[in-house]
Amino acid sequence: MSLYLLISVLVMAICTYLPRMLPLTFFRREITSPFIQSLLFYVPYAVLSALTFPSILYATNNIYSAIGGCLIAIYFAYKDKGLVFVAVAAMLTSYIVSLFSFLL
Amino acid sequence: MDDFIKGCKKGIPIALGYFPVSFSFGVLVVSSGLPLGLATLISFTNLTSSGQFAGVSLMLTQASYFEIAITLLLINARYFLMSLSLSQKIDKKMSTLQRLIVSFGITDETFSVASIQEGTLNFSFMLGFILVPIMGWTCGTLVGETLMNFLPVSIQNAMGIALYGMFLAIIVPASAKSKPILEVVLVSAIIAIIFYYLPLFSILSSGVKLIISTLFGAIYGAVRYPVKEGKLS
Repeated sequence: MSLYLLISVLVMAICTYLPRMLPLTFFRREITSPFIQSLLFYVPYAVLSALTFPSILYATNNIYSAIGGCLIAIYFAYKDKGLVFVAVAAMLTSYIVSLFSFLL
Repeated sequence: MDDFIKGCKKGIPIALGYFPVSFSFGVLVVSSGLPLGLATLISFTNLTSSGQFAGVSLMLTQASYFEIAITLLLINARYFLMSLSLSQKIDKKMSTLQRLIVSFGITDETFSVASIQEGTLNFSFMLGFILVPIMGWTCGTLVGETLMNFLPVSIQNAMGIALYGMFLAIIVPASAKSKPILEVVLVSAIIAIIFYYLPLFSILSSGVKLIISTLFGAIYGAVRYPVKEGKLS
């Protein structure tokens, strides 16, 4: 394996680790500002939403299978079926829709 | 020990969700002509999705180390926010070494699941909770690299949606129970969609778009529906 590739991997690893490590390791104060507290409360939902939309439509190389998987995932998620169930249901749906997508 | 096992259990759904994504990463790296083993090494040392895909595409163009560093830092800047948020939720007594270890495992998914746990997070719990996803992520790539030629493309494609299914399984139930969270989710989604489709914004990297969309949603929520002591009033 070439030296260029190995050093590149090292650079990637460092630039991924640093942003994760610095605040958790060195910031030990309690945040008291209600605004920042609220902001941090909403970040998980905001980030997952921004990650999902609209990328989910292009996750399968076939927009119909992706829409099918997305709708089924929303339905089962709404029914509180849990992470694994929802993910597998979305995968199966996309697979089945992609088999029939020549009809569309 | 109990907390460690509890952490492992919480990590299992994440590891399962990771498997297909890191599998596709392994397939992609090998099919683009890079040496066998590289993908697994990257997955094991990086533990991130968009950063890894971006890093590999840069390597393929023989980009400079500086370019790789800047791109990865931009894409990963969101972890800074997540790490800061978790610093408020972890056990205050956690040592520096323990913090150095736990922080390696912060991802979009581990962060989101850890954030919605009740109470503080101690080291044993966090260790189990990051170990299982690290294994899932690394093994997925290893299997992907090795087996890439045996899986039909139709199945490989369908696997791409698994991670998003997991995201929906977190945000949809929370949105159904809380109007503020629903509005935050909608604001972030709308901003992300605008960024995606308006050519005007194509100069921004995907990491920067993600940070801006996230901040828009979270700031909207914080201004409109402030929370008290980590709870919605």
